[in-house]
Amino acid sequence: MSLIEEIDYGTPRSKSETMVTLTIDGKEVTVPEGTSIMRAAMDAGHQIPKLCATDMVDAFGSCRLCVVEIEGRTGTPASCTTPVMNGLVVHTQSERLKKLRKGVMELYISDHPLDCLTCGANGDCELQDMAGAVGLRDVRYGYEGENHVFAKSHGEINAAWMPKDESNPYFTYDPSKCIVCSRCVRACEEVQGTFALTISGRGFDSRVSPGMSESFLGSECVSCGACVQACPTATLTEKSVIEIGQPEHSVVTTCAYCGVGCTFKAEMRGEEVVRMVPYKDGKANRGHSCVKGRFAWGYTNHKERILNPMIRERIEDPWREVSWDEAFSFAAAKMRGIQKKYGRDAIGGITSSRCTNEETYLVQKLIRAGFGNNNVDTCARVCHSPTGYGLSQTFGTSAGTQDFDSVENTDVAMIIGANPASAHPVFASRLKKRLRQGAKLIVLDPRRTEMVDSPHVKALHLPLMPGTNVAVVTALAHVIVTEGLVNETFVRERCDWSEFEEWAAFVAQPKHSPEATAILTGVDPNDLREAARIYATGGNGAIYYGLGVTEHSQGSTTVIAIANLAMATGNIGRPGVGVNPLRGQNNVQGSCDMGSFPHELPGYRHISGDAVRDQFEALWNVKLNPEPGLRIPNMFDAAIEGTFMGIYVQGEDILQSDPNTKHVVAALSAMECVIVHDLFLNETANYAHVFLPGSSFLEKDGTFTNAERRIQRVRKVMSPKNGMADWEVTIALAKAMGLEMNYSHPSEIMDEIAALTPTFAGVSYAKLDELGSVQWPCNEKAPEGTPVMHIGGFVRGKGKFIVTEYVATDERTGPRFPLLLTTGRILSQYNVGAQTRRTENVVWHAEDRLEIHPHDAELRGVRGGDWVRLQSRAGETTLRAEITDRVSPGVVYTTFHHPDTQANVITTDYSDWATNCPEYKVTAVQISPSNGPSDWQKSYDEQARHSRRIAPAEAAE
Amino acid sequence: MSSPDRLVYMANQIGTFFRSQGHDKAVPGIADHIKKFWDPRMKRAIFAHLDAGGAGLEPNVLEALTSLKQP
Repeated sequence: MSLIEEIDYGTPRSKSETMVTLTIDGKEVTVPEGTSIMRAAMDAGHQIPKLCATDMVDAFGSCRLCVVEIEGRTGTPASCTTPVMNGLVVHTQSERLKKLRKGVMELYISDHPLDCLTCGANGDCELQDMAGAVGLRDVRYGYEGENHVFAKSHGEINAAWMPKDESNPYFTYDPSKCIVCSRCVRACEEVQGTFALTISGRGFDSRVSPGMSESFLGSECVSCGACVQACPTATLTEKSVIEIGQPEHSVVTTCAYCGVGCTFKAEMRGEEVVRMVPYKDGKANRGHSCVKGRFAWGYTNHKERILNPMIRERIEDPWREVSWDEAFSFAAAKMRGIQKKYGRDAIGGITSSRCTNEETYLVQKLIRAGFGNNNVDTCARVCHSPTGYGLSQTFGTSAGTQDFDSVENTDVAMIIGANPASAHPVFASRLKKRLRQGAKLIVLDPRRTEMVDSPHVKALHLPLMPGTNVAVVTALAHVIVTEGLVNETFVRERCDWSEFEEWAAFVAQPKHSPEATAILTGVDPNDLREAARIYATGGNGAIYYGLGVTEHSQGSTTVIAIANLAMATGNIGRPGVGVNPLRGQNNVQGSCDMGSFPHELPGYRHISGDAVRDQFEALWNVKLNPEPGLRIPNMFDAAIEGTFMGIYVQGEDILQSDPNTKHVVAALSAMECVIVHDLFLNETANYAHVFLPGSSFLEKDGTFTNAERRIQRVRKVMSPKNGMADWEVTIALAKAMGLEMNYSHPSEIMDEIAALTPTFAGVSYAKLDELGSVQWPCNEKAPEGTPVMHIGGFVRGKGKFIVTEYVATDERTGPRFPLLLTTGRILSQYNVGAQTRRTENVVWHAEDRLEIHPHDAELRGVRGGDWVRLQSRAGETTLRAEITDRVSPGVVYTTFHHPDTQANVITTDYSDWATNCPEYKVTAVQISPSNGPSDWQKSYDEQARHSRRIAPAEAAE
Repeated sequence: MSSPDRLVYMANQIGTFFRSQGHDKAVPGIADHIKKFWDPRMKRAIFAHLDAGGAGLEPNVLEALTSLKQP
């Protein structure tokens, strides 16, 4: 194993299909039109010296190191900014060029420290490489002149010198090492789209400046790491590299945070991670990253990680560390005991969208084949289950329709109930790039998100009231139908025409018009009409949506309404269009594919189907139960009722992430055996009897499937710190319960999945190693996977229009609870925060805050930073207020990353009609000033501290 | 959960979605949905409630459950 070196071609790839042939250093090269001479030379294997060019950003032509000679042209043009032309004859090396380049390097080095041996970039410095490449042996100018290098020169303070900026927790900015190539500035603009960096001053005074000469942490910088990656010197360097040194080998793997599924190189020394670097061949991220995947992996060796199995009889007892064997037999005896006492259906389990496909598959297998029931569910229940229902009803399959590359062909993007800039940042960067090229953006969100308000992006924002999605999307359809904007050819060809006619007549009713619905939605009818026209007629229209769509009483209805909209306008079945659910966690798509839902086996096949069950029964050698099992909210209800008494929870914190915390506490307290399998003593573990330590994504092999259905390898880069990878833990638990599972490597689990699941038939580790990734479905019809779905026809045959009547949620505002609370995420934190709160990311977000409009705040006497009491019909909590007009009057907003805030104490039991996905996004609340934590918070904290005690180990005899 | 109130509420929610499709589509739609997604103990509980008169169930839902209960 060695360090994976990616070729830097110097300038981006040209997408042109016209080819151009030229001669470089006597070699004939054929490249796409628009390619730079620099890139063409690299294609031919000749590396032209360069400093300011890198293939992640457009050419800039400032360093003048890449000069070449072209026969018949005067001067020495920069090869990075000069495009190829047919018949050019280029020379990349000559006496004149050598002299010029040496001169350039002399000037650079005369203002650069010569501390190479102790420099953080030693071994990975392009400036050093170029000094070597041009044969620099002497600097005639000396080092005594004006410079940025020394704090003092000639005994005087050197005003041009600037100290290191170490404000960012993950990287340093050392201005004395900067050569002002502006690669960082351009990466921030072109790749990330934040525009946090600029070059201040001119000439010798030019400096890289975050914001208006602020610190990195104090500026708009979002710490994505693109600038650090782009920097050719030690100016911007990961602190981990400064501390540890250069990595010696690297392994390509997949990020375990959000549903974008970025590919990274884990750069290692032995079993220690030095840094995570986004991989340019990663098809989801194309070499980009965000602060979480790039930097926030420190949780994997956080001191609070639990590495030994633990058990206890009662949750009031302290934990007792035991051997793996004792933990498994304790757990198995408890679970079997419950089944004996309460019946076979009295236990179940929850698979994790954070774990691998293989691990998820094993957990559902353990439940169906080992527990003998179908009480298996996954955290997708509480996020995207309505997507599964809605899209399978209309299109025939529950998956998003596009790959992320599709956005490069999008002309109109409509974002509904999602904030990719915070929750799917790398996708947001790719979208913003397209928007800066001229694509239009429509945002439907109660809040003015970062997507509405970002540099060089002007969105048409429809700030709807929480809970009115169906009314707004149906009003969009009303405009499209009544203004004659339907793509009739598409609908006649691809969809059921009579169902369409029924639907069209329904949406055309005057009561669905933007004017008629404005009173409840709060959306300006003119804006809504404009949005409908743009989406229907603006070229390739793509819808991206998130949990602001699904987590409602009418979540499934909104998904159906979105699908209707895409079908009516013909925005399905080609690059640039589609209906794209943005999945919250890394493996939401995969955990659904793997049969985590109680009603269906892997591959979305209903458990009642005899043929499908026969197939699984034959291979697993058991009889399967044909009835659907309990969904998560049903499990809680059944626990309180006394018919569901034991649960195995892998990698999910149901207590913190599920709604109405008090209800969840009551359910967990009622159970006789709660098995938590996790990295940390999470909130759920406070009510657990068995704790099985988990392994991080760095410690195991497997696959994740991202939001674009891309199946990618997760590769083990270190031994599991707890001694066992998660899939091995499930196998051992199954064995203790009498179910033999024989796998020696996750690849064998994938082989079984492929054998049993038609849409996975073509997937194997060998193929993933060969192709890097494939997109589901992957079988004999699509051996290399399916980037875009429903080309030429829908999976179900004809696309199905379904009418979507708006029904107000039963969660209503009134005199006691006059405000609507909605929830969301922030860039630096991830979900319940179990991982990110245990990293330096807390510098950006140390607590959840309540966003409230100045008008509502003033009415209640609340000032910025004040503690406020947030109260709903379900419960109350306290947190600090942030006054902002990002939210409309009447709407308040908070994040849910911190257990001490417990935003879910507030959320209610209401759920989606079709899937029981909880209605997180609408809760009627009241706000009042407060002095500090509520009684609930205090008693919760007390219980948590009590429950987390671990008994001291007994002294050895 | 088997507090029938909650199940009645859930069943009526399903009924509300299908209502706009008209009675003839709604009844089989509701029946199919409950058949596909409800665990046996939930079905047993709602059927017991149905046998006890089915108080609170919307007409379409009542009809759907009645049809579903017959084997």
